[in-house]
Amino acid sequence: MSHDIKTIEHDVIVIGAGGAGLRAAIECSAHGLDTAVVCKSLLGKAHTVMAEGGMAAALRNADNRDNWAVHFRDTMRGSKFLGVYRMAELHAKQAPERVKELEDWGAVFDRTKDGLINQRNFGGHRFPRLAHVGDRTGLELIRTLQDHGIHQGFEVYMECKAVKLIKDGDAVAGVLCLWKDSGRFMLLKAKAIILATGGAGKMWRVTSNSWEYTGDGAAMAYDAGAELMDIEFVQFHPTGMVWPPSVRGTLVTEGVRGEGGHLRNSEGKRFMFNYVPERFASETADTEEEAAKWLAGDKEARRPPELLTRDVVARAIYNEVKAGRGSPHGGAFLDIASNRPAEYIKKKLPSMYHQFKELAELDITTTPMEVGPTTHYFMGGIRVDPDSQQATTVKGLFACGECAAGLHGANRLGGNSLSDLIVFGKLAGDGAAAYAKGLGTAPSISDDQVTDAVRHVTAPLNRETGENPFQLHDELCEIMGEHVGIYRTEDGLGAGLEKLVGWREKIKNAKAHASSQYNAGWHEALDLESMAVVSQAVAMAAKERKESRGGHSRADHEVEDYDHWGNINIILKKGDDDEMVLSHYQREAPDPFLEKIAKATVEELDAMTASGEVEI
Amino acid sequence: MAKRTFKIWRGNAEGGEFVTYETDITEGMVVLDAIHQIQSESANDLAVRWNCKAGKCGSCSMEINGKPKLSCMTRMNSMPATGEIVIQPMKAFPVVKDLVCDVSYNYERNKMIPPFSPRPREADGTHRMVQDDVDRIQEFRKCLECFLCMDVCHVHRDHGKQKEFSGPRWMIRLASLEMHPLDIVDRIPLIKKEHGSGYCNITRCCTEVCPEHINITDNGIIPLKERVVDRFYDPIAMLMRKVFGPRKPHKKLPVIND
Ligand SMILES: Cc1cc2nc3c(=O)[nH]c(=O)nc-3n(C[C@H](O)[C@H](O)[C@H](O)COP(=O)(O)OP(=O)(O)OC[C@H]3O[C@@H](n4cnc5c(N)ncnc54)[C@H](O)[C@@H]3O)c2cc1C
Ligand code: SF4
Ligand code: SF4
Ligand code: FES
Repeated sequence: MSHDIKTIEHDVIVIGAGGAGLRAAIECSAHGLDTAVVCKSLLGKAHTVMAEGGMAAALRNADNRDNWAVHFRDTMRGSKFLGVYRMAELHAKQAPERVKELEDWGAVFDRTKDGLINQRNFGGHRFPRLAHVGDRTGLELIRTLQDHGIHQGFEVYMECKAVKLIKDGDAVAGVLCLWKDSGRFMLLKAKAIILATGGAGKMWRVTSNSWEYTGDGAAMAYDAGAELMDIEFVQFHPTGMVWPPSVRGTLVTEGVRGEGGHLRNSEGKRFMFNYVPERFASETADTEEEAAKWLAGDKEARRPPELLTRDVVARAIYNEVKAGRGSPHGGAFLDIASNRPAEYIKKKLPSMYHQFKELAELDITTTPMEVGPTTHYFMGGIRVDPDSQQATTVKGLFACGECAAGLHGANRLGGNSLSDLIVFGKLAGDGAAAYAKGLGTAPSISDDQVTDAVRHVTAPLNRETGENPFQLHDELCEIMGEHVGIYRTEDGLGAGLEKLVGWREKIKNAKAHASSQYNAGWHEALDLESMAVVSQAVAMAAKERKESRGGHSRADHEVEDYDHWGNINIILKKGDDDEMVLSHYQREAPDPFLEKIAKATVEELDAMTASGEVEI
Repeated sequence: MAKRTFKIWRGNAEGGEFVTYETDITEGMVVLDAIHQIQSESANDLAVRWNCKAGKCGSCSMEINGKPKLSCMTRMNSMPATGEIVIQPMKAFPVVKDLVCDVSYNYERNKMIPPFSPRPREADGTHRMVQDDVDRIQEFRKCLECFLCMDVCHVHRDHGKQKEFSGPRWMIRLASLEMHPLDIVDRIPLIKKEHGSGYCNITRCCTEVCPEHINITDNGIIPLKERVVDRFYDPIAMLMRKVFGPRKPHKKLPVIND
């Protein structure tokens, strides 16, 4: 059968055309490799396009007290010390040059008075650090990479879904793809494959994510024998829209709070002052007066509590609503109108202004928004080597961007994803190039593997009767929302896992109408298979981790347990009988110098920098 | 909750027809929600492009009651209170299936544009640009590539001059490069010849439909036409200048450093 399938050979295949995938492809081309990109949507439409607030890099344009060490420390603290130290170091050190390079490729960031790239405040970042373009930074990033990328000589296969990684022994050899418009298959052979497929937030109903976020990359990698790590850490962004119902979950950028927005409950109280974690108390304002001074630019004042990390703010809103102090539609009030003039808001947050006006018929320059937590980001994903981005257990397979794990640990700081994409996208390109060039003979592919995969993928088309894939997706959201949401318990997760077993039985019987041309139902049925892997992984890992840390909150284990769980990453891998096997990875001791920076107080770090111990 | 009737075009390159569906409309729904609901309830294989459902990706363009729109930003309560809602794919592009069209023309057109090439960085490794100087190109860079402007431009839609004229999206992309303070490439001859700036006769239909409210014609195309006129001859732009007076010179000005 497979000889009917068009086969094309490249050196490297990049799966995904978001920021990470495009940056990786540009790098592979720069290394002289024959490169191709495969993506589920049209070029330029990947999830990255939605990013709003900015990308974090210690450029020191808006506040010259910033430097890589401060960014590194913020990232490790934000990750609740579960991030991979080496990745956080690489990220903090390389992000500035990657951002400047975007400017060489045509990006046009907002400017400071001196004409440099402007930077804004965001949660968990000690200094204004986010390079941005109003609130459409993701569009700027993807368009820049796209317009530069199309002249670098790599091929782009759009609206083409990668369905299975094909291996030769313990190394990747290619990927089977399905063209959306024709329903035909294509086999891409390659020496190395880079996954840049993004997250899996579509397993929840209230989500900021697009249809593409079904965890395909994580599921394909898992299927090929890769390890998934930190997958229990799902970020619930504190501010999604809550009204009207059809847009519940749509993101309200953290930039609103970065630009001075306050959170208030139904009693008019700025409740975030009541939710400051001990570890952050010394760096957070404790009165409204001090917070106001900070906003006015007083460098001695500490940051308002609205800019605490996302996990903290999301839990706070959840608890306020639960305590009966929510807004009319079950959220909190986010008020920028009282703090900034209308013109400023329209200039700095144009798409938020537009979004509320069009979708909620609300003018954010006069009226507070209603916001509540929404599923947003996967901190966990494919486990990779911190320097090369190669998957730990599959040769020739690389991962970068949201589908990879490591940088963000238990909680990601806003703005650290876009910078993650360009830093680790490039490094994955370097890693794949080194691997591909070092490979003697190209791997080979057996027809059987391909034939089996094709048979499996076309099964939903050939069923006489079966389940409606859209409804199955809805059922999954129901299970995840009820059992694997923002607060989790042992019993709830146990019940959820059982329901998932039944659900996985049902999806084996998903049925799509017979036409294979641009068939939405068929693609939905295939996406369900990816979500089946990832949903089980999230629920198993969440049940295992008996503590609360970052994005993972256990109502029955509310404390952060640094002695035990602080040293463990949970790993999931496919077992010999195709069962999902969970194990604990005992974290090795971090580099002492990096650990010293990460755990230093603000004063200690400043002293280390002043003495030259930290070089900037 | 109210039931509404939708007439959705179903078919492919070989032909098709309108099919009628009914679905319940609840508060706050947009047209794309209704289409998804129909897809889930009774038309699993209905082809429709979308990604963000927040007006940010420009995937969900279609013609709703004859008007080119982003379906994710078109609220049901902005529709007439009664009667059928007619949904069809963008007319100026070949249809693939149902509401999905082949927009590959745009990707080819983009490739024809010589890429951005900056002057060297300054001694301290930065590029300096003043906000006022980048405001106007940031307006163009808001473009979502929804191609609604391309759908309404009569030069394509009615006259089929896709080969001769690149269309409004690509005019403002060219404008964003032309007006980029750092860029050093001269694209003027290309704008006139390969991209056919002379074909635009300033009807402003493109500007009217742009969901990002980009002033495509006045801020993008007219200045480009003027630059072409400065170098070549273009009757419509000459006329514009007679009527509206000359514009400010558009030479690339050196950026002032402080
Ligand atoms: C509304 C919103 C706002 C955000 N704002 C910010 C922000 O301000 N700052 C910040 O740092 N982060 C932000 N984020 C997070 C950030 O945007 C994402 O984490 C990031 O863009 C992910 O990029 P990526 O390159 O990993 O993947 P994506 O951009 O999601 O790209 C994934 C690619 O993989 C392809 N793909 C997936 N599966 C397959 C398959 N099976 N076959 C072929 N192709 C496939 C897709 O088609 C797509 O091209 C935001 C996220 C959202 C949702
Ligand atoms: S103004 Fe020019 S580009 Fe725009 S629709 Fe009219 S003719 Fe087309
Ligand atoms: S200019 Fe406006 S209408 Fe045209 S493609 Fe861009 S966003 Fe769409
Ligand atoms: S779905 Fe992205 S603009 Fe409509």
